[in-house]
Amino acid sequence: MTPHGNPEVPASSATEINRSAEKVSPAVEPVETRNAWGLWEVFVRSSRGLSHVHAGSLHAPDAAMALRNARDLYTRRNEGVSIWVVPADAIAASDPDSKGSFFESPQGKDYRHATYYTKSEGVKHL
Amino acid sequence: MAVQNLQSVTAELSPEELDAAARRDAEGQANFDRVMADDSRIEPKDWMPAAYRKTLLRQISQHAHSEIIGMQPEANWISRAPSLKRKAILMAKVQDEAGHGLYLYSAAETLGQSRDEMMDALIAGKARYSSIFNYPARTWADMGAIGWMVDGAAICNQVPLCRASYGPYGRAMVRVCKEESFHQRQGFEILLELSHGTPEQKQMAQDAVNRWYAPALMMFGPPDDDSPNSKQSMAWNIKRFSNDELRNRFVGMMMEQVKVLELTLPDKDIRFNEETKKWEHGPLDWDEFHEVLAGRGPCNSQRLERRREAHDDGAWVREAAAAYAAKQQAKQSMKTKEYAA
Repeated sequence: MTPHGNPEVPASSATEINRSAEKVSPAVEPVETRNAWGLWEVFVRSSRGLSHVHAGSLHAPDAAMALRNARDLYTRRNEGVSIWVVPADAIAASDPDSKGSFFESPQGKDYRHATYYTKSEGVKHL
Repeated sequence: MAVQNLQSVTAELSPEELDAAARRDAEGQANFDRVMADDSRIEPKDWMPAAYRKTLLRQISQHAHSEIIGMQPEANWISRAPSLKRKAILMAKVQDEAGHGLYLYSAAETLGQSRDEMMDALIAGKARYSSIFNYPARTWADMGAIGWMVDGAAICNQVPLCRASYGPYGRAMVRVCKEESFHQRQGFEILLELSHGTPEQKQMAQDAVNRWYAPALMMFGPPDDDSPNSKQSMAWNIKRFSNDELRNRFVGMMMEQVKVLELTLPDKDIRFNEETKKWEHGPLDWDEFHEVLAGRGPCNSQRLERRREAHDDGAWVREAAAAYAAKQQAKQSMKTKEYAA
């Protein structure tokens, strides 16, 4: 791998992205035909100033119940000040099988890190 | 490895498809082996051997069922706990067990079985759960012994599972272990208060310790020479220590802690082996263990019956929530149509 990536492959591996993937929550099926509550992913902000972090998942019939269940399930000990719930179907994920090519572009690009520049070692405030 | 053991292969494939599937499996197996060798983690969408998936699904769902059934012996005591403080503590603990069950069901679902299928298996009596919950909790002191010994044994077992090779399982166990330590401490405190109370209270505490000691030790599973799945689970980095190793470690911890309680363990044969530097315990009744596991323990039918009852009693809540969600959904789509028009 050269430091500038493989010229045969677009740097972003943009071709790997599934552009037809659903970007919004699909409409909820009518209850009669649905045998189980939908799966929701739960994200919890532990305190102001921090990001929401994935805590786990749960089943709920709608967003309001998902939020309440998430509160009871993931914040029984003051773990959060804010919760997001997202229908699991609405999340588009990268394909684990394309791991290599999808994420290879930063590889060999050490110069993106401060540690690459060693000549300035010992110089103060740099 | 034989192709039919691997996950990419489904029935009725053409020779070309079979070839492609075999190639995918070979690549998947190579990646899986690399992850195992690096002691890294497998995530839900990764390729994994069918037997690995099956083993995890069995272990995690049984673990989830144990948490759910495990609510019962203690829930029975909430209304009879001796003070408001103890009721509040017990409710928090039972609520935690429900939470632990849900974390684990979520982890199991990532392996491809639905929550409903697992629930149905439990209610139908087809799924197993820890044999310990088929013993009755006879007195208030049992709440102490369960917390100290049963939750103590569970923690001993669960801490190494935080490093299990399957990512979702490990993450669920981290959460469980964080919450579980209060369970053991509150149990210890109950026993400590009783053992330093009246002679009758101390007797009650001792009686509970006597009854829960052997079942708690058997929670670690059969002895190593009679535990056929252990070796494979250790090779897969699911299990990190053998049943006997964990059991002996637990005995050593209890030996120290029981002194603070000023109680005794009902086992004359406990000793520290100077050669192996390990604690050893007396013989356990493994016939009883297998009987209870096979459904013939003191409370098996009672526990399942209660679970079914609770499931049926909750049906109207589930239906109401679903009906409400549907109604809201219908209202929402009506609004959207009006807006469009």
